[in-house]
Amino acid sequence: MPAVQETIDQVRSIDVDQYKYGFETEVEMEKAPKGLSEDVIRFISAKKGEPEWMLAWRLDAYKRWLTMTEPNWARVSYDKIDYNDIYYYAAPKNNPAPKSLDEVDPEILKTYEKLGIPLREQEILAGVEPSRRVAVDAVFDSVSVATTFKEELAKAGVIFMPISEAIREYPDLVRQYLGSVVPVTDNFFATLNTAVFTDGSFVYIPPGVRCPMELSTYFRINEKNTGQFERTLIIADKGSYVSYLEGCTAPKRDENQLHAAVVELIALDDAEIKYSTVQNWYPGDAEGRGGIYNFVTKRGDCRGKNSVITWTQVETGSAITWKYPSCILRGDNSRGEFYSIAVSNGMQQVDSGTKMIHLGKNTTSRIISKGIAAGKSENTYRGLVSAHRKATGARNFTNCDSLLIGNQCGAHTVPYIESKNASAVFEHEATTSKISEDQMFYCQQRGLSEEEATALIVNGFVKDVLQQLPMEFAVEAQKLISISLEGSVG
Amino acid sequence: MAGVTLMKTPAETGLAQAFETVKTTLPGDVESRAQAFELFARNGLPHRRVEEFKYTDLRALMREAAPFAATPSGDEAKAALGSAKALADIKALQVPFVNGHFVRDSVDSKALPEGVEIVPLAEALANGHDWLARLSPVAWARQNPVYQLNSSFMADGVMLRIVGQVTTPIHLRFVTASKSAVATATRVLVLVEDGASVKLIETHESTDGANHQPNDVVELIAGDRTTVHHVRLNAEGNQSLALSTLAMKLGAEASFNSINVVAGSATSRHQVFAVLNGENTKAQINGATMLKGRQHGDSTLVVEHAAPNCESRELFKTVVDGEATGVFQGKIIVPHHAQKTDGRMMSAALLLSEGAAMNNKPELEIFADDVQCGHGATCGQLDEDLLFYLMARGLPKKEAESLLIQAFLGEAIEFVDNEEVREALVEIVEGWLKARG
Repeated sequence: MPAVQETIDQVRSIDVDQYKYGFETEVEMEKAPKGLSEDVIRFISAKKGEPEWMLAWRLDAYKRWLTMTEPNWARVSYDKIDYNDIYYYAAPKNNPAPKSLDEVDPEILKTYEKLGIPLREQEILAGVEPSRRVAVDAVFDSVSVATTFKEELAKAGVIFMPISEAIREYPDLVRQYLGSVVPVTDNFFATLNTAVFTDGSFVYIPPGVRCPMELSTYFRINEKNTGQFERTLIIADKGSYVSYLEGCTAPKRDENQLHAAVVELIALDDAEIKYSTVQNWYPGDAEGRGGIYNFVTKRGDCRGKNSVITWTQVETGSAITWKYPSCILRGDNSRGEFYSIAVSNGMQQVDSGTKMIHLGKNTTSRIISKGIAAGKSENTYRGLVSAHRKATGARNFTNCDSLLIGNQCGAHTVPYIESKNASAVFEHEATTSKISEDQMFYCQQRGLSEEEATALIVNGFVKDVLQQLPMEFAVEAQKLISISLEGSVG
Repeated sequence: MAGVTLMKTPAETGLAQAFETVKTTLPGDVESRAQAFELFARNGLPHRRVEEFKYTDLRALMREAAPFAATPSGDEAKAALGSAKALADIKALQVPFVNGHFVRDSVDSKALPEGVEIVPLAEALANGHDWLARLSPVAWARQNPVYQLNSSFMADGVMLRIVGQVTTPIHLRFVTASKSAVATATRVLVLVEDGASVKLIETHESTDGANHQPNDVVELIAGDRTTVHHVRLNAEGNQSLALSTLAMKLGAEASFNSINVVAGSATSRHQVFAVLNGENTKAQINGATMLKGRQHGDSTLVVEHAAPNCESRELFKTVVDGEATGVFQGKIIVPHHAQKTDGRMMSAALLLSEGAAMNNKPELEIFADDVQCGHGATCGQLDEDLLFYLMARGLPKKEAESLLIQAFLGEAIEFVDNEEVREALVEIVEGWLKARG
C-alpha cells in the first residue's frame, strides 16, 4: 500500500528546497594551497603544532592513499572527485587560538546563533531547561572555534577538547588509541582523512565517571571549495558513561563539497557510549546540483567486558551519504545498538547501514533502521551482522523497513548475515509482521485496527529510543520520529 | 584489487584449452559459443570480490577443469541408468541424460504422452530448429559466468514443448557415471504454451569419489495461464562440484511452484533467475539444503517482478552440520511500473555443529511505491525448549533432533503437490538424518 498522507507531508516539509541552513558567513579565511600534496599535509601539521610522530603518521597514510582506489560498491553514483581541486585547510583568519568566546569572530558566533547552537555558557544556563546542559565543541571548517564547559568537565576529570589540542596536551593518550579502531588503511576515505584531518573532538571519560552533561560537536562547512575532514576520538574508560551528539550543516552552493570524517569510539570494561548524529548537510537542490558528499567512517570498539555502544542517527541531509556506523563486539557480554532514520528527498542518494561484528561471548546487537525515499532519491540499507567462530551465544535482532513516496525513487535493502557459530542466533526481519502477537491482541482487543496497532507498537518502540536525543538544534528531527511507516516494505 | 589483473588459475587455463579443443566438434554455431566464452573469459572464474559470488569463490573452489565427457555408448548408458537411483521409481516419462548426453533410445518418441514434444538439442543445434531462437530468454542469466560457461560448452540436452494439460510427470534424469572426473554441460529448454500445465522432475546424480563438474541449465518459458510444478534433486557424488541454473520467464496468470533439494555434491551452487513477465502470476520458489562434512551449498536467487500484481514467495531452508557452509543469496527486484507486487522471501538456517557456518544475503531492490515486499533471515541452532519437550516425553536426543530437523525442512518440502515425489523427498531427508548418526 502507498504511504499515508501525513507521512508524505512530513517528508515534504524537509524536502531539499526547504533547507534552512543554507546561508553563508563572511569571514576572512586562511587556507592551505589548493590541492593535496605532502607539502599541504606538512602545512596542516605545522598549523596544528603537531609532534613529529603525528606528521609521520599522516605522511605514511598519504603514501598509502596514493596507491588506493575509490570504492565503487555502494549504490551511489557521482562524477569523479578531483582531489586536487579542494582546499584541505580553511580557518577563520583573525583568531588563530581564541582564549575565550570574546575573542572569537562575532560573525562566527552569529552563525552559531542563527543555527540555534548556544556557545555562551551563561546563555545555556539561563535556558529554560537548565538541567539539560550540553557542552559544545563548535568546528568551523577546519578548526574548532569554541568549546564550552571545559572547566566544569575538567572537575569531573572529563577531557573534552578539539583533537588538535589533545594531540599537544595528551599525546600519549591520543597515540594509544588513535587509529586503533579504524586503521590507517581501512578504506579509501578513512586513509584520506588520516592524512589530512584538521580538527574534531577528543573525549576521554576516566574510570567510573558518568559524564555530568551531554557532549556535543557542531560541524559547519562554510568556505567554498573546501572539504571537511574531521576526526573524533571518544574513549570511555572502565565503568564510565558518556552521551555525545553531533550535528552538521553547510551553506547552499552549486558545487559538491566533500566531507570525509572518521569517528572512533572505544568502550572499556562496563563502559557505555551513546553516539547520536543529526546529519543535515546541504542536500543539493531539486535538480541535484550541489550538496555535500558525506563519506564517513564511524566505528565503535566494545573492547571491554559488558561494554555498550549505541549509534543513533537521523539522516536528512547530504547529496550522497555513504556511512556505516559499526560496532566491534570484542568484549564478552558487550552490546551494540544501531537506530537509524534516513530520509532522502530530491536527488539524494543514501547508502547507509551498520556492521555488527560479534567476536566475544554472549554479545548482543540490535539494528532498527527506517529508510524513507521520496522525490527521485535512492535509499539503500546495507548492513552486516557476523558471528566469529568463538562468538558463542551471540544474538542479533535486525529490523529494517523502508518506505517509498512516489514511483521515481528507489528503496533497497542489502543485508549480509554471516554466522560461523552454531549457538549464535540471528534474526533479520523486514516487515512489521513479527510484532509480538500478545501486544497486537491487546491493542486490537481495545478497538484498534491491525494497521493502527502495528503503527503504534513499531513507532512506540523507535520513539522510545529517539526521544532520548536532545535535539535543541534540529527540531525537524523530532517531527521525523513521528513518521509512520505504514505501507513500508522490507 | 580493482585495476589489478588476476593471474589465470589452472582451472581457467584448462577451460580455455578445453574450449579450443571442443569448440569445433560441438554441434551448432561456433560463433555464438565463442561469444559466450569470450564473455566468460573477460573476467574469468568469479571470486569473492565479485559480489554475486562473494560467498562462493569459484576461483578457489574449482582447482582444475575436468575434461568434458564423451558420448557414452549404448551399453554404457544403459548400465549407468540401471544403477541410477534418484527418484527412479517415480511414475513418469523418463528423459535421461548420461554424461551430459541425451539417451535417445530410451525414449519412445511414438509413445509420448499427449501434448509433449521432444527435440534432442544436439540435433537441433546441428541442423537448425525454430525453437532455438527461444533459448536464453533471461538477461540475468546471460550476464552470469556460470551460465556463460554452459552456453560455451553445452553439448546436448532437449527442447520440450508442452501443449494442454499433461498429467504424466516428466522426469529429467541427469546421470554422470565415470570413474575419473568429467565435466558436462547440458541445456534443457521447456516451452509451456498458453494454458498448458506440466510437472517437471529433475534429478542429478553422479558417481562418488571423482571431482565431476556438471554445469546444467534448465530454461523455462511459460505462457499465460500456465501451471508448472518443478522438483529438482541434487544427489550428486560426494566429490562433485555441481553448478546449475534455472532461468525462467512466466506469462500472465501463470502459477509456478518449485523446490530444489540439495542432498549431494562437495560444492554446489544452484542459481534461479525468475522473471514474472505477466500480471497476476504467482511463483513459489523453495529450497531445502542438507550439508555436512566439508560441503558447501549455495542457493542464489533473483526474482524480477517485471509486471504488476504478481506474487512471489521464496522459502529456503538450510541445515548445516559438520564443517559445512551454507549460502543463501536472494534478491527481489520491483521496477517502477510493477505496482501491487507482493513478494516475500525467507531464508532460515539451522546450524547443528560447532564448525558449521551460514551466510545469508536476502536483498530487496524496490522502485515502486505501492508494493508489499518483505524478507527475513534467521540463523541459529535447534530450539532447546523444543528439544527438552520431546526428550521429556521419552525421545532420545538424536531422535528428537531428527524430528525437529525433519519438521524444519518439511516446511519447504510440503509445497510439492505430487504425493509420491513428496514422500520420496522426505525419505531422502530421513536417510540424511540417519547417516548423521
